Amino acid sequence: MRNLLGLRAIPQIEYHRPTELTEALKLLAELKEGYRIIAGGTDLVPAARRGGVSLPNHTHIIDISSIKELDYIVKDDGMIRIGAVTRVSEIGVSTVVKEHVPIVADAASQLGSLQVRNLGTIGGNLCNASPAADTAPPLLVLDAKVNVRGVDGQRLVPVTELFTGPGKTILAPGEILAEIQIPTTEATAGSCFIKLGRRNAFTLSIVSVATLVKVKDGIFDDVRIALGAVAPTPIRASKAEEYLTGKETREQVIDEGAKIVAGEVKPISDVRASEEYRRDMSYILTKRAINCSVQRARG
Amino acid sequence: MKVPIETKVNNKPYKLEVEARSTLLDILRDELKIKSVHRGCEDGECGACTVLLNGKPVCSCLVLAPQVGGAEITTVEGLLKDDELHPLMLAFVENHAIQCGYCTPGVIMTAYYLLNNLTEFTDEELRKGIEGNLCRCTGYIHIIKAIKTAKEYKDSGNWW
Repeated sequence: MRNLLGLRAIPQIEYHRPTELTEALKLLAELKEGYRIIAGGTDLVPAARRGGVSLPNHTHIIDISSIKELDYIVKDDGMIRIGAVTRVSEIGVSTVVKEHVPIVADAASQLGSLQVRNLGTIGGNLCNASPAADTAPPLLVLDAKVNVRGVDGQRLVPVTELFTGPGKTILAPGEILAEIQIPTTEATAGSCFIKLGRRNAFTLSIVSVATLVKVKDGIFDDVRIALGAVAPTPIRASKAEEYLTGKETREQVIDEGAKIVAGEVKPISDVRASEEYRRDMSYILTKRAINCSVQRARG
Repeated sequence: MKVPIETKVNNKPYKLEVEARSTLLDILRDELKIKSVHRGCEDGECGACTVLLNGKPVCSCLVLAPQVGGAEITTVEGLLKDDELHPLMLAFVENHAIQCGYCTPGVIMTAYYLLNNLTEFTDEELRKGIEGNLCRCTGYIHIIKAIKTAKEYKDSGNWW
């Protein structure tokens, strides 16, 4: 068992596998801290092996992937509800998701590889809080909310308020992200998701953009723009949204709006791309995504 | 910490006591001695350790061993019928789709899933399908050819 020795060893863990949400919440309340929640494991397992996550020996690992009541995709009352441990691959191929919130399916089917999507969960993608999380920009423009459960109750948190920094969310100790609620948009809205990586498949985002527009008589009635991998968290570009709303859907106007986005992002340089390149691509991709959304919009 | 699990590998039931921090890859290779499951990057990037977990391809290096309690796992050995090569494997041999062979078992498991789940596909979709399996020899053209040959076998009823 050479992998349990040496530099690439996962530290000793205490493993728990609750099958009901109440059982998991009770466990978290008892442990208070010194635990990590795991579902698909696609982020935590390699990070633990690499030492990229602080996992002191005997950290309690709470595996919530077997909680069946958190694995579903349903549509009711103008809303798509997705259980937190629903695998990303299921979301990518879901007819309900494709029909009502297609950009979520687009983002899900471009996340990682087939092998990663078959393990990774949407709740995990959000809670891992990577600035480059692929499911975040679409959920941001769709005004999605997450249902957070604790032992004493629950609260609804807009995805815009979920992320507080790289790897950080507002989830308090003892809480579990249980459900993602996505309001279905009117059929007249047009939306688009574009991901730019270093290659076309199985890649981490250098920049990802999701946009949603509603157009009335050639005027932007509603514009929403979100970007990933260009700030400490996935963000909405609210200044550009404000600028574009109420204006004509002309090329020049869209170009100006996309320039404002390039000023709103706060990218870093890393192994994948430089700050300048990310800023440039924020401009280019926003322009493309808005143009594509306008074409898809009716009205 | 040891965790008792029951799992089925290639249709054979096992009762195991697994180290909580070990992975599915570790138990397949080190406990069950199934050496077709290759240890590659151990980072979920290369796909050399791909197996089917409840019928779907996953990187076995990303799954903690106790997480497979109650699950069914299939490796390339599970595709053999009385030691007879699966038509998909034959297609790989016939098309010289194996160079060093390190990626092959993983590619075959992904291809087996794709062929069983996609009725029609373009070359592009096929390439996208095997995005999670890296061939360090870069022998993708022959791999794609082999999968297309296997599709012909499947469509003509030569499949299990």
